[in-house]
Parts: sequence; C-alpha cells; structure tokens
Amino acid sequence: MSTIVFDKVWKEYGDQIVLEKISLTIASRAFVALVGPSGCGKTTFLKLLLGEEAPTQGTITMDGVPLVAEPGPDRGVVFQRYSVFPHLTVLGNVLLGKEFRSPVAARLFGAARRNAVDEAMALIAEVGLAGSETKYPAQLSGGMQQRLALAQALIMKPKVLLLDEPFGALDPGIRADIHVLMKRLWHETELTVVMVTHDMREAFTLGTRVIAFERPRDRPEERERYGSLLSRDIYIWPPRIAGEPSLFAPDRDDPAIPLGLSQDDPAPQGDNP
Amino acid sequence: MRWINTKPSPAVATLLMLAPFVLLVIAYGVGSAARLADNPSDKLLPALQTMVDAVNRLAFIPDPRTGELILWSDTAASLVRLFSALGISTLIALVFGMLVGMLPYVRALLAPFIATISMVPPLALLPILFIVLGLGETAKITLIVIGVAPAMIRDLALRVIELPKEQITKAETLGGSSWQIALRVVLPQILPRLITSLRLQMGPAWLFLIAAEAISADSGLGYRIFLVRRYLSMDVIFPYVAWITLLAVITSFALDRLRIVVFPWSNLGVR
Ligand SMILES: Nc1ncnc2c1ncn2[C@@H]1O[C@H](COP(=O)(O)OP(=O)(O)OP(=O)(O)O)[C@@H](O)[C@H]1O
Ligand SMILES: [Mg+2]
Repeated sequence: MSTIVFDKVWKEYGDQIVLEKISLTIASRAFVALVGPSGCGKTTFLKLLLGEEAPTQGTITMDGVPLVAEPGPDRGVVFQRYSVFPHLTVLGNVLLGKEFRSPVAARLFGAARRNAVDEAMALIAEVGLAGSETKYPAQLSGGMQQRLALAQALIMKPKVLLLDEPFGALDPGIRADIHVLMKRLWHETELTVVMVTHDMREAFTLGTRVIAFERPRDRPEERERYGSLLSRDIYIWPPRIAGEPSLFAPDRDDPAIPLGLSQDDPAPQGDNP
Repeated sequence: MRWINTKPSPAVATLLMLAPFVLLVIAYGVGSAARLADNPSDKLLPALQTMVDAVNRLAFIPDPRTGELILWSDTAASLVRLFSALGISTLIALVFGMLVGMLPYVRALLAPFIATISMVPPLALLPILFIVLGLGETAKITLIVIGVAPAMIRDLALRVIELPKEQITKAETLGGSSWQIALRVVLPQILPRLITSLRLQMGPAWLFLIAAEAISADSGLGYRIFLVRRYLSMDVIFPYVAWITLLAVITSFALDRLRIVVFPWSNLGVR
C-alpha cells in the first residue's frame, strides 16, 4: 500500500514561487497523469515526491509517514533524459539495482549473480529488449533507452513509479507499444504511478485520474510572485482499476479492437469473467 | 561547396599529415647546408649525417667513463621520474577529484584551496623543494606532482559535477549508498576522462621534469641537453629534443588507445 498525501505544499526557489498550496491525495495503485503548460512545475512536483527537493511549506506523507528527504528504492523514476548509465550494457543497467544489495563491492558473484541475471533477463525480455543485452545505451534508439530505463526502475519493485515525460520523444508506433506495456505492468505489479506528460491523449488513455497544474496569473511581471495551483482534477470514467479488466475498451478512438477483453487488459484468471 | 564541408580523402589526408614534417626536415637540410658551405666548422645547424653519428655514439657505444649506453640510461632515468610523478598525481587526482566532486562538505573545504594552489607557479617553488627535500629524486618528482596534480584534480572534480543530476538520483532510487554510487556510477565514468586529463598534462609534466633535471641531476634527458649546451653540441641537442617529442607522442597515443580498449563505451558518442 502506498497512499501519498500532499498537505498544503508550497515550493519556492528563492523569490520564485513555483507551486502554491497543493493538497492532494493519491490513492494506492492509482495511475495519475499530470499535465500542464511548460514551466508550471510538473518536474518540480515529481522532485518533491522523489525527495530530491523538500517543500518550502507543507508536508508530504506516504502511508501517514513523512516522506524521507532523499531518493530511495521505494520510489522508482524514469526521467525524460539521462535515465540510463552510458557506461553499462543493457544487462548491466538492469542488474545495477540488484548489485547494490552487496554493500561493499556493489557486485554479485556466483549463484546470487546467476539468479539476479535470470531476473534481469526476464525483465529485459518483458520490455522487448531481448537480444540487446550486451549493447550500450548509445547503441540503442531513444525508445529502447526509455524501455531500458523502465526495466531498470522496475527491478527494484518500487511502490511508486514516477515518470517524467518518459515517452515524449517516441514515434506513435513505439509509443503505442510502450503504452500497452505500461498498462500491463500497472495491472500486474503493485505500482502507484505518477506520470508527467504533455500529451492529453496519453494522459486519458493511461490514467485513472488526470490532474492539471496551471498558473492563474501568468503575465510576465506576475510570474515570480504567483505559483501554479492544482487547477483540474479529473477521475476517468468508467473507473479503471488496477488488476481488473475494464468494462469498455479503454482506447475508444483507437482502431477497431477485437471482441472480448481488450489487448492491454490482464489475462482472465480463475473464475473471473 | 562551403569550405567547412570539403573534406580530404584518406590518401590526401595522409599526405597532408606528412607534409609539415617533411617540409621541416627539408628546410633544416637547406639551412644547414647553406651555413656549412659558408663555414664548415659551424656548430649551430649540424648536417643530418653529423646528428646520425652522434645518435650512434650515444645509443650504441658504451660511454668509456661509465660503461653505459648514454641515450638509454638517460631515457630510463627520465622516464622513471616522469612516470612515478604521473602515477602519484593520478592517484591524488582520482581520490581528491571524486571527493571534491561528490561531497559538498569536502568541496566547501578544499575546492578554493586547490584552486589557489594551482595558481602557484611550480617553478618558483623549485628552490624551496631542493632546499627542503634535497637534490635527489624526491624533489624532482614532487615538482612534477605539484605542477600537474591540482589541474587534474580540478578537471576530474568538474567532470564529476557535470554528470547529469538525473543519473545520481536514479542510482539513489536503485538503492545505492554514497560509496556504491562512487564505485559503480561515478568512478567508471570519470576513468576515461582521467586518462585524457593525464594526456593533456604530459606537456607540463615534461616541462617540469626537464627544468628539474637541468638544475640538478647526474643523468636524464634534460640533464644531458643542458650539459652538452656548454659545448654547443647541437648534434646531440636536436636528436634529444626529437626523441623526447617522440616519447611524448607515443605515450599520448598509447593512453588514448588504452582508453578506447578498456572503456569502449566512452567512444560510442564520437563517430
Ligand atoms: N533549481 C531551480 N532553481 C530555480 N528555479 C527553478 C529550479 N527548478 C525549476 N525552477 C523553476 O520552476 C518552474 C517550474 O519548473 P519545472 O521544471 O518544474 O517545470 P515543468 O512543468 O516540468 O516544465 P516542462 O514541461 O517544460 O518540463 C520554472 O519556472 C523554473 O524556472
Ligand atoms: Mg519538466
């Protein structure tokens, strides 16, 4: 479980007010899509969640406990850029989180390593990178790098996954593939997701809830004195619930979808319909 | 086509690369021949043949007094000094560069100090070093270290700071401690830069080495050059300078190859 509560959070950088009195409860296993104009503080919001920045005022709690003031393994992240390590191969990148289990050498050996490699390989295959294990990130396309970043974050089994415009640079085809993957992961793993995006369609396709930040006063001379407010908070209807097939095909404006369950719903299990 | 877009073919590029060297040798030959025609005992620009003889004598005929092959014993003495100094500098730069780059407390403590130290002209310290450390190897090696280490520390610290913040944050979300992040994320990414930094410091390192050898030594390439200067032995000085240059070029090339072989990813961005 991972319920995140923002209580009247303000964030200022020096004189510049970025976020104003953000109060928000993110339910466990929600998929929150965060939208807003450039510079409105979306990345700043993620940094607060990540613990990379502290709120100027207000508190953020996760399951009632104040958030630890530095990034940790319970919160995974995929940034728009620089999310993977250029000096490690695909396998090395995914393995790294596991190798940090060994405190001094930060490397695994023998059986422990073999198990970790098996797990990493499975994850690599799951994000569609099987066969590229020995390549370096510079040898991958942008879309492959983002999928790698995703696998790298997921191996930690984080409670919360933060995504900052992760699929912004991808072509529509790859983006659709990655959406399918994202949905499946969200259904199958214990994940609460917060995703920043500029793409409304993406927000409404993936999210269970779409929130928007906006500056109520955005004239240049006012920009410093006033921050962004939480201006919209929309729950998607019909509700999407993690781990349960949705009632309707989620992508209403997609090309025709075969009858029955839509392709990105989890496979029916047991006596579920 | 614009000039900036016209490129030589590989063959032309090779020719262009060789041209300045050939021109230099020809110009020297012409100048030397002209002066020797005027005055056969001229010492300033000895004929190429005279230099070959000198090299033969120094490299292959044992010195009657010490029984040593002078060129090789000089080279060995100089390289031992140079490489011990560079090795020490590299270690210092690695440790302090990472500490300064990664830890805000160490940065606050040491960054301004190192910046100041790197402004001290090392040659001005040479007399002090000779007085304090004596005339032996220690003083010479220390001079080189003082001359190159601060610049290397600053270079590496900058590289560490330049690593994208996102990478460090990412490593933290993967559960890495400060030590683990230093070991697995920062260190491997600055090692290639360390090699490049070392290459760039080869010039200053040779400068300090030769300066130290000129003032106090009983062997070494710099010592020899300044010794034979008294007899205007240009036939020895020119080949020695060429030999030092060649050593520096080879070291630099070897270091670059080493970087590419050991850290193949560091060359992937460059095409
Ligand atoms: N470290 C910082 N110091 C000072 N101001 C900052 C800092 N980081 C962000 N800001 C300011 O905060 C505001 C919000 O920045 P942020 O990066 O959160 O925007 P964003 O919503 O992510 O924009 P984009 O959609 O373009 O990525 C900007 O006006 C920016 O100038
Ligand atoms: Mg942003």
